[in-house]
Amino acid sequence: MDILRISDLHLGFTIHGLARDVVKGVSLRVPAGKTVALVGESGSGKSVISQAIMGLLPRAGAITGGEILFRDPLAPENPIDIASLPAEGKEIRSLRGGRIGMIFQEPMSSLSPVHTIGNQIEEALLLHRPMSKPEARGLIEAMLGRVGFKDPARAFGLYSFELSGGLRQRAMLAMALICQPALLIADEPTTALDVTIQAQVLDLMRDLQAEMGMAILLITHDLGVVANMADEVVVIYHGEIMESGPVEDIFRRPRHPYLKALLKASPHFDMAEGERLVALREARPRPAAVPRPVPSPGTSAEAAPLLSVRGLRKAYTTGSRSFFGKGTQQTVLAVDDVGFDIRRGECLGLVGESGCGKTTVSKIIMRAVTPDAGTIRFDDGRAKIDVLGLDGEELRAFRPRVQMIFQDPVSSLSPRMTVMNILREPLVVHGKGSGSEQTARVKALMEDVGLDVRFLNRYPHSFSGGQRQRIGIARALALDPDLIICDEPVSALDVSVQAQILNLLKDLQAERGLTFLFISHNLAVVNYMADRIAVMANGKIVEIAPRHALFSKPMHPYTRALLKSVPFADLDRKLDFKLAAPGGASDATHWAPAFRRDPEGEALTHLPLGDGHFVLARPGADVREMA
Amino acid sequence: MLLKYILKRILVMIPTLLITSALIFTVINLPEGDYFETLAAEMQAQGEKADMSRIEFLKKEYGFDKPVHERYFWWVTGLLQGDMGYSFEYQRPVREIVGDRLMLTMIVSFFTIIFTWIVAFPIGIYSATHQYSWGDYGLTFVGLIGLAVPHFLLALVFMYMANVWFGTSIGGLVDPQYLNQPMSWAKAASVLEHLWIPVIIIGAGGTAGMIRSVRANLLDELQKQYYVTARAKGLPPGKALRKYPLRMSLNFFVSDIGDILPSIVSGAEIVAIVLSLQTTGPLLIRALQSQDMYLAGSFLMFLSFLTVIGVLISDIALAILDPRIRLQGAATK
Repeated sequence: MDILRISDLHLGFTIHGLARDVVKGVSLRVPAGKTVALVGESGSGKSVISQAIMGLLPRAGAITGGEILFRDPLAPENPIDIASLPAEGKEIRSLRGGRIGMIFQEPMSSLSPVHTIGNQIEEALLLHRPMSKPEARGLIEAMLGRVGFKDPARAFGLYSFELSGGLRQRAMLAMALICQPALLIADEPTTALDVTIQAQVLDLMRDLQAEMGMAILLITHDLGVVANMADEVVVIYHGEIMESGPVEDIFRRPRHPYLKALLKASPHFDMAEGERLVALREARPRPAAVPRPVPSPGTSAEAAPLLSVRGLRKAYTTGSRSFFGKGTQQTVLAVDDVGFDIRRGECLGLVGESGCGKTTVSKIIMRAVTPDAGTIRFDDGRAKIDVLGLDGEELRAFRPRVQMIFQDPVSSLSPRMTVMNILREPLVVHGKGSGSEQTARVKALMEDVGLDVRFLNRYPHSFSGGQRQRIGIARALALDPDLIICDEPVSALDVSVQAQILNLLKDLQAERGLTFLFISHNLAVVNYMADRIAVMANGKIVEIAPRHALFSKPMHPYTRALLKSVPFADLDRKLDFKLAAPGGASDATHWAPAFRRDPEGEALTHLPLGDGHFVLARPGADVREMA
Repeated sequence: MLLKYILKRILVMIPTLLITSALIFTVINLPEGDYFETLAAEMQAQGEKADMSRIEFLKKEYGFDKPVHERYFWWVTGLLQGDMGYSFEYQRPVREIVGDRLMLTMIVSFFTIIFTWIVAFPIGIYSATHQYSWGDYGLTFVGLIGLAVPHFLLALVFMYMANVWFGTSIGGLVDPQYLNQPMSWAKAASVLEHLWIPVIIIGAGGTAGMIRSVRANLLDELQKQYYVTARAKGLPPGKALRKYPLRMSLNFFVSDIGDILPSIVSGAEIVAIVLSLQTTGPLLIRALQSQDMYLAGSFLMFLSFLTVIGVLISDIALAILDPRIRLQGAATK
């Protein structure tokens, strides 16, 4: 029996008086108790379909044709056509939350910050199943316990900002499922979560589905998640269904070129050395940049590293500070004895989950944050520079050497400056060249990153996310830096655009002999980009190794957990959901004793495993034995 | 936790008020001369002969021969004991002069605030939930007019119309025979009778501004994901609106209380002069003109005190309303 059957659905949006169809004749079904994945890029119309099912279309949107039949297993003989129900009417409201639950991508903003978790869940429960408060409380606490809260009674009174991202999404699940709906719509439920947490939440969704027998409509762009979760797959592109069918057919025998391209565009672990990602839509061809004169293009291991970081330490103080100096202060070591080298022309990947301190490290190198201890040496082959000792004019002169590419292409460009002004600003600040030279330089930069020179007078809002990120890259290149720090440069982009940007970065690196510090939580992306990879957890680098060594023989339990949590877009390599530690992989108490600090013993040290592979463990521990 | 927070806030008020008092005293002392010199000049300008020896005597009597910091010290210690000083112009303690007017000012302010809220909130909510509808445009237009028209002009228009149509004068806040009389039922009735005109006039601009803020803040909140979540639970639209976005948009409004208090007490001087209201505004302006320094200074100090209290109230209300402020306390640095 199909819980949901959508046939020939048309959805239109009216913006500035212009009507436009965003969903053009979509048909799909969700069988009872099964998971159907709706896959597509942003703007493909997948989220709008979920809004239509919930009757939550924005005011500018409307259903212009077709039907959405919902067949409640409790009353299978009379299906309801949601498309024909009046918006905000009684019938649709009793379905929402009662028979159809929904969870969203951003667990932080999806929960009200001024109401307790319990209050918000209770509201949903009492709305659809009137009962006494104590009875409701019992049910809710049972549910909170079921979704993984260790102390449900306490969790009831917590606020969303007191929870981690994973727990927030669990609370959302509890809220969506408290009324035992027949259908759960999950709109990118794990996109904002770290891989290890993602694995846990997906696992929980599968378990709950098995227990409660609900159907799931999973909306995602991540083919790895699809391969591990879905029974059936529907691929949508520009508001039209490209391909649909059982997951086996879709992954083993993709027929439609779009789906094939999508599978090729995402980086995966089995890529051959030198294999390139194939972008979905090839970007505008760009002329190869003139190779710039690099002092020593061949990187020999003996040459001094470009950047050498030692013993970096930075503590943050949180908690309330009382008026008289005493309070519940807590010191958190965001960066704890971090050291690494980046060789000239190399790309060092820095991996870790959110909050592990990787961004703080990048800020310290940029001299935006002052560390409590440590040294950073910058050596361009001519002079050795003590980065942390720089001051005043020296620091100013050093700044162009290290540049940064940011994660969010929207907020990292000023909306009030034209592209010309954005790209020219660094040149003006550092007084590089005359006016006409600067203009010529800006035009050359545009060519380098594959953007049309005619765009120079536009403002950032008229560009797509990928184009904006190209502008960000051009800005970072403007001053001819030696080192570029890329902080999650593609995590806000779609798979297809991501491939373009990654390829562009690789090309630029090869042409100009650039050195990258590439920060990301996405292991597949780092695998594609980096020569060596450093894994960070709880402010420490727990393992550092050449790329192939890290992926073929990871030593540290955290690295292993991380690698095991990555969902592959491959039906033969399904995720082993049960491996993830309950408190998250960075919870050191679950690591083998050799990797934990002995309270009485010596401090942990980086044990060499040969080939530039180091792992953080107790001195003298036989790590190979642990493996 | 909350108690500690309040205590902390009150402690912070002390240095704030001390600095303010020093500032006020300095500014008032900045112009050349003092009250007595102004008085002498005025008398001379009017052709009278000023008794210079008497003026010298008065100056000594009131400590004007002492250095500035000493006078400041006496003034502040006096304020702490509730002694607001002596008005030279009225020849009476400041307390007595201000007392009744302060009472009336507060009544006007209180009703103005209530009026503003009662009118602005429903209109703001309607405008936000019916964005870009004819109703929204119409109300926005009316609101902008209210914002653009100066208060005193509105007051003049009201007085003119009342005179032409009803043949009555609407000036004042209380019939003259009750002024400086103890509170009685008759006096209260007289106040209420006069109250509505200044309340509407003073409140008009504030109402228009508040409609705009309520609309803008609510529109922001209506975009938020948690409102979609609330509706996805199946909450009826009205309830979802009240519990989530409206509650969140209150934050701005509560943090505004700190500004509302003093601005309504002091912001209505010109209207008060036009309508000859017996409030504190005209008194302050006159005192500043004549350099009646204790009257002006003590009154300004009172306004500062109101501001600080207003901020305290809004901070406490915010802490109660928003758990993020209450529980996260001092922001992490």
